[in-house]
Amino acid sequence: MTFNTNLKNILLVVFTTLILSACSTAKKSNLDGDVYTGKETVKYLASGVPDRVFFATNKSSLTTASRATLRKQAKFLRKNKKLNVTIEGHADERGTREYNLALGERRANAAKDYLMTYGISGKRISVISYGKEKPVNPASTPLAWSQNRRSVTVKVN
Amino acid sequence: MKRISFFLIIFFLYTKSTYALIEIDITRGNLDPLPIAVSPLHVDVKSETHKDMNIKELGSEISKIIEKNFKNTGLFNPLKKEAFVQKPDIAHLKPRFEDWRLIKAQALVTGKLLVKDEKLKVEFRLWDLTAAKEMTALAFTTTPSNWRRVAHIISDKIYERLTGEEGYFDTRIIYVSESGPKNERIKKLAIMDQDGASTKYLTLGNELVLTPRFNPTNQMVTYLSYFRNMPRVYLLDIETGMQEVVGNFPGMTFAPRFSPDGKKIIMSFAEDGNSDIYTMDLETRVVERITNHSSIDTSPSFSPDGKFICFNSDRSGLQQIYVMRSDGSDVKRITFGKGIYGTPVWSPRGDLIAFTKVRKGRFYIGVMRTDGSGERLLTENFYQEAPSWSPNGRVLVFYRETKSGSKGEGFSASLWSIDITGYNERKLTTKTDASDPSWSSLLSK
Repeated sequence: MTFNTNLKNILLVVFTTLILSACSTAKKSNLDGDVYTGKETVKYLASGVPDRVFFATNKSSLTTASRATLRKQAKFLRKNKKLNVTIEGHADERGTREYNLALGERRANAAKDYLMTYGISGKRISVISYGKEKPVNPASTPLAWSQNRRSVTVKVN
Repeated sequence: MKRISFFLIIFFLYTKSTYALIEIDITRGNLDPLPIAVSPLHVDVKSETHKDMNIKELGSEISKIIEKNFKNTGLFNPLKKEAFVQKPDIAHLKPRFEDWRLIKAQALVTGKLLVKDEKLKVEFRLWDLTAAKEMTALAFTTTPSNWRRVAHIISDKIYERLTGEEGYFDTRIIYVSESGPKNERIKKLAIMDQDGASTKYLTLGNELVLTPRFNPTNQMVTYLSYFRNMPRVYLLDIETGMQEVVGNFPGMTFAPRFSPDGKKIIMSFAEDGNSDIYTMDLETRVVERITNHSSIDTSPSFSPDGKFICFNSDRSGLQQIYVMRSDGSDVKRITFGKGIYGTPVWSPRGDLIAFTKVRKGRFYIGVMRTDGSGERLLTENFYQEAPSWSPNGRVLVFYRETKSGSKGEGFSASLWSIDITGYNERKLTTKTDASDPSWSSLLSK
């Protein structure tokens, strides 16, 4: 009897834990920390080559996923030797305008530096920061802000 | 704007020795506003017509502008004209003090004007009704089209006499006019009188423009333009419309401000992703690097004596405010409170630094002493930033953005002002959405 109740309780706890963890994964499916991992706003330089990477709040460091994306971009650029690109750095709307301009510049350069370590000449890459001026998602939500913290690689020729 | 000269004649020299019983202490916030009666200026019957101006109503219009200026300070309570007990011309000669006291006025402004030979002659007097004495009087001459400025100059003189502080009414505000959806904003430089009148657009909206700032010594402006998709600091002469790029930098320059003598521009230059602070002498074109640090250094602002610079840096990990000597030496962090700090701006009086603070997802405008002590948060909102000082250092103007819905709907940007006491928060009237305000110095100084 006692054994039975204990087992029931344990099963209940296990079951509840499973449900809770399922919920939290569902909620966070497009965010790793506060870095956007979804595809909703992403465009492609070529098939399988996403044009953008996303950043954490106030950060310009590249995540593992971002580095994988940039390696795909580097491979694409190595194949298309005459192609030049501009990397646009962006910030979300939750910071002061001037700091965001600097932050966008730092994000764009983080992407540029990574492409250069994979053999792309710096001469082929220009950078521009738009700070918080050009949101891709105009909503005032944590999801929109995560989509706006980005650097986007754009073909210029 | 037309170049004009004012001929100031101070008459009744004894006014200085008059012992004033009424005065306003503007260092306190929650005082009772001073009841003041602004009589319409009497229009001399000998006045001639001028262009399409309604000269008959000019005296009344000028008094309305003065009243609005006073009301907006929060320090004065302009009384309703219906209750006025004397005709403007008679009151201007000598008011019946006891009658004005009956309507609870403590101060009275009277005046008269004459338009003749393409000139507008104005005189006004400020009366202390409690002491039954004249406090100040002034006469001046200008072109009739400057009548709004006449109202602002009279407001300044009265404010100065009653508060002991320099006024700020004969000034303009430059800002960024915004229109269009949130993700495709069209931005233009715009300028208006401090009271929202006479809006003019200085750029067409073809390129993104940001952060215009006045030269504190004249009517030049520095701002950031994305002309040809190259974000650079520009210099603009708002009298002639002439503009030029500042310096020859191989990357983005931004966050510009003038030095207090107006001879240098201080700004950030981003090189290989790293933003540092530089100055450029506008005459010699000599560029000096002020900071050299692997963190973001931006939003620099000189102290009014030119000896120090406050700026924003994330060298500690997150945005904080720092102060250094103007040669870049002796860098000291001054903000240690919870949250992050940005946009430091040194007060023209030298005693305070205004800033934006972000904490737990809320934005605050505040002031602190120049060593970071005595922090006072004046206003809290969803998003607001970029304080700019009134030339007398008593009022801050800043901009505020609203939260928007899933498609960006409900988004707006507007200009607000608040006294450094934390009282009298007020939305400014602008023709369009507006951001990045910068307050000019007094035009007639």
